Parts: sequence; C-alpha cells; structure tokens
Amino acid sequence: MNPEPRIIGFCCYTCAYAAADLAGSMRVTYDPAITIVAIPCTGAVEPGVVLAAFEEGADGVFIAGCLDGECHYKSGNLRAKERVRALCAVLEKLGLETARLEMFQVSAAMATRFRDKATAFAARIRALPPSPVRRREGRGE
Amino acid sequence: MIVAEAKPFAEVAGMIGGCRRLLVVACAGCTAVCGVGGVRQAGELAAALRIHFRLKGLELETEVTGVTRQCEPEFVGELAEAVARCGAVLSFGCGVGVQFVADRFAGVPVFPALNTRFAGGFTVSGAWEERCRLCGDCQLHLTGGICPLTRCAKGILNGPCGGVQDGRCEVGWDVPCAWMLIHERLAALGRTELLRPIRPPRNWAHTSAGPRRQGVSTDDSGK
Repeated sequence: MNPEPRIIGFCCYTCAYAAADLAGSMRVTYDPAITIVAIPCTGAVEPGVVLAAFEEGADGVFIAGCLDGECHYKSGNLRAKERVRALCAVLEKLGLETARLEMFQVSAAMATRFRDKATAFAARIRALPPSPVRRREGRGE
Repeated sequence: MIVAEAKPFAEVAGMIGGCRRLLVVACAGCTAVCGVGGVRQAGELAAALRIHFRLKGLELETEVTGVTRQCEPEFVGELAEAVARCGAVLSFGCGVGVQFVADRFAGVPVFPALNTRFAGGFTVSGAWEERCRLCGDCQLHLTGGICPLTRCAKGILNGPCGGVQDGRCEVGWDVPCAWMLIHERLAALGRTELLRPIRPPRNWAHTSAGPRRQGVSTDDSGK
C-alpha cells in the first residue's frame, strides 16, 4: 500500500488536458496525487522522459491522449501507444511493475471518463508499494 | 549502411557491472539511422541503467553524448575530455565504431551497446534487409543490380536452383528467389544474354585476407 503516491500524468493539450480542465470546471474531482503535465501531443513524449519520471521517484505514470483517429497530428497517439508498450517491456526488465505505466484515451469533452480512468489508475498505484527506485533513494516522504 | 540491433539489456547491464561513472556515446551515422544508436536511444538506455543500478543499491553516473561518426578518428577524438571524466565508455557505434573508440582510448574499457548485423538498407519503415556481403568483388553489373551472393540463400552464381517455387525460395516462402528477380530484371532491361555464360566459382580470397581495407595506405597508421 502506498498512501501518498506520486503520479505523473502526461496529458495531450488538445484532449486529455482539456478534459482534465473541464473536469475542474464541472467540479468532477479526481485523485489529488496526480500531477498533470501538459504536452502538445502524446506522440511527443519521449521514452526517456517517462524513464526520467520514474528515476525521479514517480510511483506511477500515465499518458493520456486523443481517441483513435482523432489525433491532431494524425498518428501521435498511435506512436505513443507503441512507446508505452516498449516502455512496459523496459520496466519489466528493470523489475518494476508494468502496472505503474498506462496509456488511456479521452476526448476533450470526456471529463468524467478522464476522472474514471485517472482515479482507477491512481487506485492501482495506491495499492502497490512505493516505487523501489524512490524508496532506495531515501526520498519516501 | 551498417545495420545494428540493441543488445539485450541484461547483457549490457552485466558488462558494465563494475562501473560507477560511464560515458554513453551515441553515433549519428548508420546506427542512428537504424533507430538503435542515436542520442535518444543512448539517453534511454542510460536512464534504464541508472534505475537498474539504483535498484541494486548502487549508484551509476552517466554522461550521454554523441559524435558524427565513431568510425572516424577525428570525430572520436572529440570525446577525449568526456572520456577522461568518466573512465569507461558504452558505445552505440557499430563494431567498427567501438573498435575506433577503443583504439583511441586504449586505457579505458569500451563496451558495445549494439550487435552489428550486416550491410543493408530499409525495405519498409522499421525493417532492414541485408543487401551486400562486402565480398570485395562486385558483380552487380552482370545481375541487374541484384546481388545473388547476398540475396540467394545458397549464394550461387548460376541460378535459380531447383528450390524455387512460384518465385519464392525453399528456405522460406516469404523470401523471393534472388535469381528469379535477376531474370526478371534483366528481361526488363533486354539484357538476358548476360545469363548465358556459366560463371566460374567465385574467388573468395578477397574475403579471407584479414581485415579488408580500401585505398592505398602509405604509412603504418592503419595497423
């Protein structure tokens, strides 16, 4: 169990970030452990950035992008899906749970779906122990 | 282009086991084009290695940099200061690049991050195919620009053999028969007469005289 997880959410500015923003406007709440990072497109999320998040002590990372066929840059979300698959393989080799990384897709209007997905992910991370990368670094505050 | 692939993570992690400070050197040449040896991939592996070592209770410091080509001493020389800072090098060059780095910095351990596979090019995005065996005796003018040594499973000079069926090779039915391709190409060029002479066995001596060199060297610096 991890009562105070650190969760980073890389959110596409044109969909998931807007959905999170809409959730705020609608007063639909999601887990406060989530720190949202706005990005221009999920296709712009380099694998090295995700690894850096884990290295810096993130317990979980999600990437939230547009629905299939609705990427503003045509195929950025599809590339992101492939990268997440490859990154899960890297996490497995490192001995980290692949459940700590996920990609989901929402449209800008799907505030409640964003809430549901983000909250479910956060619940999953809370059920896991703190990231061993963070724990051994002595930053488990 | 030299085509390479990433070594298994466990193999790389094992070979650098005793290092605490590592210079990770990408190559902007062939291996970067292959999508395995550029600065991006070097940075990703460096991050993964740092996490791996931290999970073992150890700390690994990495410095990621890149050179235009690791197979040229001038570019490799640019690494001198960084190598002095780190004391060990993980190279994302091909086998040639790794050796040039190791030659230039003989007192420092140099580890390969990649397995060098062959000389080829990409046929579809993300897939590379061998097109040259670097045999040193090019016969492509006789075969319509298709190398039978590389692309024929048997490497025969007078083909096709009996293993072809519907233009495919018996070693794998997804592999086109190189000699069928050659026949079709030469027919399209109106040069099928090139196929009439029976080619003698190849002289493989070109490939067995130690490391192959091109150009005339007037000193011993190439040794």
